[in-house]
Amino acid sequence: MADVSLRKVVKRYDEVEAVRGIDLDIADHEFVVLVGPSGCGKSTTLRMIAGLEDISDGDIMIGGDVVNDVPPKDRDIAMVFQNYALYPHMTVAENMSFGLRLKHYPKAEITSRVTEAARMLDITDLIDRKPKQLSGGQRQRVAMGRAIVRNPKVFLFDEPLSNLDAKLRVQMRIEIKKVHQKVRTTTVYVTHDQVEAMTLADRVVVMNHGRIEQIGTPNELYHKPATRFVASFIGSPAMNFVPCRLEDVGGKLNVRLTDRLAFTLPPARAARYQALSRTDKLLLGIRPEHVMEARPHAEPGIEPFDAVLDVTEPMGMETLVYFTLEGSQICGRVNPNAGAQDGSPLRLAVDLNNMHLLNEVTGAVL
Amino acid sequence: MSTVTIDKSGPTRKVKYGSMSRDRTWALRWSYFFLILFAIFSLTPPLYMLITSLKSSAEISAATNPWWVYHPTLGNYVELLTSNQFLRFFWNSAWVSIIVVTITMLISVPAAFALARMKFWGSATLATGVFLTYLIPDSLLFIPLFKMFAVFGDWTGIQLVNRWYVLLFIYPTLTVPFCTWIMIGYFASIPKELDEAAIIDGASWFQTLTRIFIPVALPGLIAATIFAFTVSWAQFLYPLVFTTSTDQLVLPVGIITTLIKGDVFNWGQIMTGALLGAAPPLIIYAFLMDYYIAGLTAGATKG
Repeated sequence: MADVSLRKVVKRYDEVEAVRGIDLDIADHEFVVLVGPSGCGKSTTLRMIAGLEDISDGDIMIGGDVVNDVPPKDRDIAMVFQNYALYPHMTVAENMSFGLRLKHYPKAEITSRVTEAARMLDITDLIDRKPKQLSGGQRQRVAMGRAIVRNPKVFLFDEPLSNLDAKLRVQMRIEIKKVHQKVRTTTVYVTHDQVEAMTLADRVVVMNHGRIEQIGTPNELYHKPATRFVASFIGSPAMNFVPCRLEDVGGKLNVRLTDRLAFTLPPARAARYQALSRTDKLLLGIRPEHVMEARPHAEPGIEPFDAVLDVTEPMGMETLVYFTLEGSQICGRVNPNAGAQDGSPLRLAVDLNNMHLLNEVTGAVL
Repeated sequence: MSTVTIDKSGPTRKVKYGSMSRDRTWALRWSYFFLILFAIFSLTPPLYMLITSLKSSAEISAATNPWWVYHPTLGNYVELLTSNQFLRFFWNSAWVSIIVVTITMLISVPAAFALARMKFWGSATLATGVFLTYLIPDSLLFIPLFKMFAVFGDWTGIQLVNRWYVLLFIYPTLTVPFCTWIMIGYFASIPKELDEAAIIDGASWFQTLTRIFIPVALPGLIAATIFAFTVSWAQFLYPLVFTTSTDQLVLPVGIITTLIKGDVFNWGQIMTGALLGAAPPLIIYAFLMDYYIAGLTAGATKG
């Protein structure tokens, strides 16, 4: 087991910079998820850690040693691929033991490691089958088994659940978490699915355009996003953004959304935003769960307003409502019994205790 | 005994053919029509060979129905199979083909692997170049090749012309490019993650080739082997040019040069020799047909 460090790592393909100077420290035993949209450089970063891609600049360290020029087989890593990459002509046991056999481990050792991994992953019965006789979920277990038996310093996962259906994905997610709790190997996991990132990670690294936008625990990213990109990428449905500006009315600080709609900020928020320029173009960021049906009793920081709903999406335990404000589509989550209907008005409330203010130009969360 | 009554008064079900099934019926009829036409076209020559091989010379030259054997005889077969000369041709062909197949595979499999997987400078151009080499017809190549071996003989004193083993140097000019091309295509259809997984598992390039790629690409490998064997076995122009002594000849040339004496064509034996010569590839095809088809259609769908 080992820690992994990236120092100013750059990857250039001819003229295109896929990864633009990344700094990242992954502690021993940590489960770190790289998440971001397609082409953000997350897979390239993972492949550079694996040694499958050369790095154009910077240093990658595994266990304190710079591995820039160390070939993949000497980095003591194991990787799980999106399409499993099982050797089709080998049985499950042969697939899992391939790496150990190449390194001439004693037979008894190989057998015991394979048996142990198979037991952990619940694939003992499949040990003599060929990959084509397995379902997608089983194949992914075998791929994980192949990684586990090697007992490497670092596990690398490259979108391992993308080929599975939604239900299986949830199941395998839990499986991966369980495995990590047992073996505690340092893990770097790449996904484009923010739910996967949130549920699996000790820390999430949000990437965009080859740069790291923010590193933090799932809760930090959710509640304290640093940029508009992170705020909109993490969370589903995504955070709402409405253009706004600040104004002083009767000694209180208001956030004005439209000519007719302005909310008074609760004291804590007012103090935080007091120093901001009143002329700055700002965005009010508010998560859907903080736009809900209006309560009968006024609560501090929760401001009611009226909206005409465009669309409603009943989800069972809640109903998602969509309406338009100043040209921006807003999503809210209301109680299924709140009487939300397509095209009809509804009295809603916004919880300003959980609001964010963003600079519209820079996208920075203030 | 109980009697079973069948209710014939029940509603008769009219089978409705949708346009899909009508289309299919017609498509099948046309398929069979053309398949039968093709079968007749391609099977008539071998049938004629078989019929002729069972006739005596007298019967062949008699003005009887050429499609019928009135006095069947195995004389031609006995004569050829007991002739040392014919057996020599056969062995020459067999040796040449087996060694050429081996040489071809030893060159083209690693070459294809390198061109398909080990991305190096110019690998794509080289791969195209390999294919272009295959497009050069042998009727263009045989004169310069002959000159090359003649000059080589003059310089070094090692005479290769008119030795059966000169063919071991020449046939690969045909087989290696094509087999490399087939194998490039086949290796390219193997997901890239497979060799990446092998590399991470600690395999060298050579181990990746021998332990992952060759087993996975076995159908393609067999297709290439069959191709190389067929080309070597059936090659006519090169052995005709490069070998002249009777004991150095391979089967196709041997049959023509020894069984045609001046303007006397020993048709019965020629046909028998051709049939016997066609037997080894036929047997190999029969055994490996499934692999051959799988190899040729590989990469059509992602498995």
